[in-house]
Amino acid sequence: MAKGNGTFRIGTGAGFSADRLDPAVDLARRGALDVMVLECLGERTVAFAHRDRMADPRRGYNTLLERRMRALLPACREARTVIITNMGAANPRAAAERTRDVARALGLSGLKIACIEGDDVSGIFGSDQPFMDEPGTLADVGRPVVGMNAYLGADAIIPALEGDADVVIGGRLADPSMFLAPLMHHYGWRNSDLAALGAGTLVGHLMECGMQITGGYYADPGTKDVPDLAQCGYPIAEVVADGSAVITKLPGTGGCVNEATVKEQLLYEVHDPTAYLTPDVTADFSHVKLRDLGQDRVRVTDAGGRARPEKLKVTVGFDAGVLAEAGVSYAGPAAGTRGRLAAEIVDARMKETHKIKSPLRVDLIGAGSLFATAGKTRDDSEDVRLHVALRTTNRDEAEMMLWEVESLLCCGPAGGGGYRGVITPAVETKSVLIERGLVKPTFEIFVT
Amino acid sequence: MIARGGNERLLVRDIAHARAGDKGNTSNVNIWVYDREDFELLKRSVTPERIKKEFPKLVRGKVTRYVIDHLHGLNLVMGEALEGGVNASLNLDSHGKSWSYLILGLTLDTSESGAGAER
Repeated sequence: MAKGNGTFRIGTGAGFSADRLDPAVDLARRGALDVMVLECLGERTVAFAHRDRMADPRRGYNTLLERRMRALLPACREARTVIITNMGAANPRAAAERTRDVARALGLSGLKIACIEGDDVSGIFGSDQPFMDEPGTLADVGRPVVGMNAYLGADAIIPALEGDADVVIGGRLADPSMFLAPLMHHYGWRNSDLAALGAGTLVGHLMECGMQITGGYYADPGTKDVPDLAQCGYPIAEVVADGSAVITKLPGTGGCVNEATVKEQLLYEVHDPTAYLTPDVTADFSHVKLRDLGQDRVRVTDAGGRARPEKLKVTVGFDAGVLAEAGVSYAGPAAGTRGRLAAEIVDARMKETHKIKSPLRVDLIGAGSLFATAGKTRDDSEDVRLHVALRTTNRDEAEMMLWEVESLLCCGPAGGGGYRGVITPAVETKSVLIERGLVKPTFEIFVT
Repeated sequence: MIARGGNERLLVRDIAHARAGDKGNTSNVNIWVYDREDFELLKRSVTPERIKKEFPKLVRGKVTRYVIDHLHGLNLVMGEALEGGVNASLNLDSHGKSWSYLILGLTLDTSESGAGAER
């Protein structure tokens, strides 16, 4: 099915749950893609999705699924581009059914939509299950579990591709595996072809965050200028049979692909460059070579691969109550001093007056907030915003914090304005390991 | 040293670019020099010991530095460096996305002995 002169063309149409849609439509229309991957799941996203599903069993998938499918299915059908996505989140079956409904409403008949399940491993672990990467066990969290999902690899996706699926929807499909699977299927790589698996995993790793390799999360005006970032294009990988690839983007889109954008993504969220662990392979990025071909094209070669990890990683999500945030702003002469007084008042009212012991933090935006713990604060700002954050499992405490911050309007320092407060649900995630034999991925195809 | 754009170079940002990522309570920042001639200066300026010394309250765990010689980059992996991480941190930036600029904001080590060793 390859369309590009002996290369297999994979595009990214989403790199996280809330990623842009219009550039994905452009890519689907003009990209001549074999596959478009929509990567929409983080560890916490899946935990939030489990909460959605608990509230309504028909939900629990990416909230933008219908919009994305409505916009992308016609163009992908036209171009014969297979969509692979983990937008199923905590409910892949409901996501596949909704996608089928969307396709039918669009008049797309004969479309094959595969639903991959089996990543939900709730109920397998006892509360004494140890964490993967820190001391302690599941019981130590002391909060209700909302969901447990094992990372599924390429071997869970390939059967759906062999079944000629046009759309593959799963839940906790490992990000790079969504790119590796169609490459293994197309080029016939086997599990023993470790170098190819490492190379395909590198392609997936570089591509999985979408525009983070085409100029997004990169621009620093005057130092790292990016053309027309507002119209940034999603990336395309042109992959050849040994897994080496050219990373590029559509002509006429904003952004840029160069050695620097690729380097920053190469080790994004990577620890040891010689051992990037996925369900499929232990990939080695430490000898990767980059060659800037100009015109937003960078060739990537020389990834390596060793045997895959023995066990699979599982993300366990817990209900962690709520995160409450509230703020008031101060401007003009001595704004910083007035803001500091407001901070002291909130701290005293919460801890001494109301005896609230949940974790509380008070920052002064404009005088040092993100880097406050790093010791970088200043007192000369003439525009500061008090920002108060509280994590609690007791909603009354959260509401009390918002009330205290709002009360500063009349009871606090001079000239405070612009109160806002919000309470949002919170989750906590932990990682554990599971024997591969206990995870049994399945797939089912729905035809429109 | 060759000044970029005629400006004196004071900060890591003047010779390098970086990106931060998070996993749990561990932050990693990868850092790359624009000009390979500055790689020794970067290596001298961004060491695990210095990170621990500059940010003792923020970076509480072990700092490991991977050197990617052929691409002229470093990967700093900082344990217990995210105030509990995205699950627990009350920092507005609970992922530590901005930590790249914490590193880029470090002053360069342009000491005499260093300048000699650079060439």
